[in-house]
Amino acid sequence: MDPEPPAPSGTASQMLSKFPGSEIVSDKADRPQVRVSSEHIHEAAVYAKDLGYDHAESVSGVDYPQDGQIEVVYHLGSYSNPDLEKSILALAVRAPREETPSPGKDSTRLPTLRDVFYSVEFHEREIFEMLGVYFEGHPDNRRLLLPEDWADLPPLRKDFDIKGR
Amino acid sequence: MSAQLPPGLQLEKVDERIMTLNVGPQHPGSGHMRIIVQIDGDYIVACDPDPGYVHRGEEKMAEYRNYITNIPHLERPVIHDSCNILYPYVLATEDLLGIEVPERAKYVRVIASELNRCVYTLYWLAIYGIFLGHSTMFMWPAGDRELFIDLLEKMTGARVTHAYLVPGGVRNDLPANFEDVCLRQVAYFEKRIAEYADIFYDNPILISRTQDTGVLSRSDAIRLGTTGSVLRASGVDFDIRKKEPYDVYDSLDFETNVLRAGDAYARSKIPWLDMMESCRIIRDALSKMPKSGSVRVKLKPNPKGGDESVYRRVESGRGALGCHIVSRSKPEPYRVKLSVGSFRNLVALPYLLKGEKLGNMPSVYWSLNYWPVEADR
Repeated sequence: MDPEPPAPSGTASQMLSKFPGSEIVSDKADRPQVRVSSEHIHEAAVYAKDLGYDHAESVSGVDYPQDGQIEVVYHLGSYSNPDLEKSILALAVRAPREETPSPGKDSTRLPTLRDVFYSVEFHEREIFEMLGVYFEGHPDNRRLLLPEDWADLPPLRKDFDIKGR
Repeated sequence: MSAQLPPGLQLEKVDERIMTLNVGPQHPGSGHMRIIVQIDGDYIVACDPDPGYVHRGEEKMAEYRNYITNIPHLERPVIHDSCNILYPYVLATEDLLGIEVPERAKYVRVIASELNRCVYTLYWLAIYGIFLGHSTMFMWPAGDRELFIDLLEKMTGARVTHAYLVPGGVRNDLPANFEDVCLRQVAYFEKRIAEYADIFYDNPILISRTQDTGVLSRSDAIRLGTTGSVLRASGVDFDIRKKEPYDVYDSLDFETNVLRAGDAYARSKIPWLDMMESCRIIRDALSKMPKSGSVRVKLKPNPKGGDESVYRRVESGRGALGCHIVSRSKPEPYRVKLSVGSFRNLVALPYLLKGEKLGNMPSVYWSLNYWPVEADR
């Protein structure tokens, strides 16, 4: 059951906020930020691509233990649409966070955007190992930067402490 | 046997024609990265880049230090291009803290980062030369790099790892008579850089090894989200200094270089052409710069950002370099993410090497303007 695509009017974040469960984080010119629910992130990404955002500049994962959530922020840019070349759309989505994580086997998972934006391939692999967010449908869910035998917490979670600090 | 081993450790089943080769991570032809290639005779059938050998957890460390003490360690991923890797972090911090930078400092920053771009590109070019067995192309750029290192040493006091850009300006003002020395060195370098064409870029051996090798089409360059010289060698005119000018780039006179071929030759040529533009920018900035004035605003001790997130980007030697800072009203950033050009261009490597000859691997790999340490962070 797909939601109705929003009517094309207003800024990118205003349009994307019409997906159910979405909210505008910031509506600054050239830096729209919108948070979308995990059920609609895929449709929202397809919609953003139709608006002209054709590649991902960056994908960051942010841990919010106080909210019990991990946020993934896709920063989307455009090479092909001259009106959007200054613009970076931050598309955020939150996944549930487990107190004792078991990466790949727990509820911390999100649908992948690799089929919409090829450029997120390595970024999503990095977030999987650094924060333990499993991307469902990603063709290559393996470690990237960490050693093969890493057995500790995903290191960018806030409960992974640096010794001596 | 293999069924009992945990996932990731099973023995691979491979065709008897296919051989798996581990190139790196300590191989002169890979830098600090492992490239796992599967070859059928002389042809690559699959390639799996394995970065991470020099991963240092810069982003994690940044969460434990305040906005100012983050500066010396955040430049470590690319010590040859340290002004450019700090640039987006400093711009984002200024947005968060609401700092207005003095006019003279903006010009000094541009000069420092253009000098740094030349230092990086010459080092990259030297390694590209030695990858292709061209020893002279190792010696010449490595020698000419000293010109810029000397200038940066005069400016900042350090040959590499300058930690020169700070929120609110630059660390210190230019020394007396810097302008004369800089103009003289740049004028010499501009004569010198033309000679690179005679020995390297017009060399029939280089052309036969790189032309029509690893061709990346315009649409694929956009789809894979490549950046910098890789993108511009495939015919996409996108340079952040032009498209989203920061500091004083909009008032300076320079062109962006775009080639259409999309092969390893075009990708190796763009950084060389960019260095000529860097020389133009440096000369123009020196003439337009205010001759006196402050270069740094004083900050409060332990400044705090608001409750917001910022994303800023600049054009570094390897393409777009973005910095995403999440601030939670503390003296330390809540999260710092560096989106680096090397990491973004890496996605093109398996794509380009498939079906290529093994002997072409170094030329395709290094033409992606890749810096392993930066990609690992």
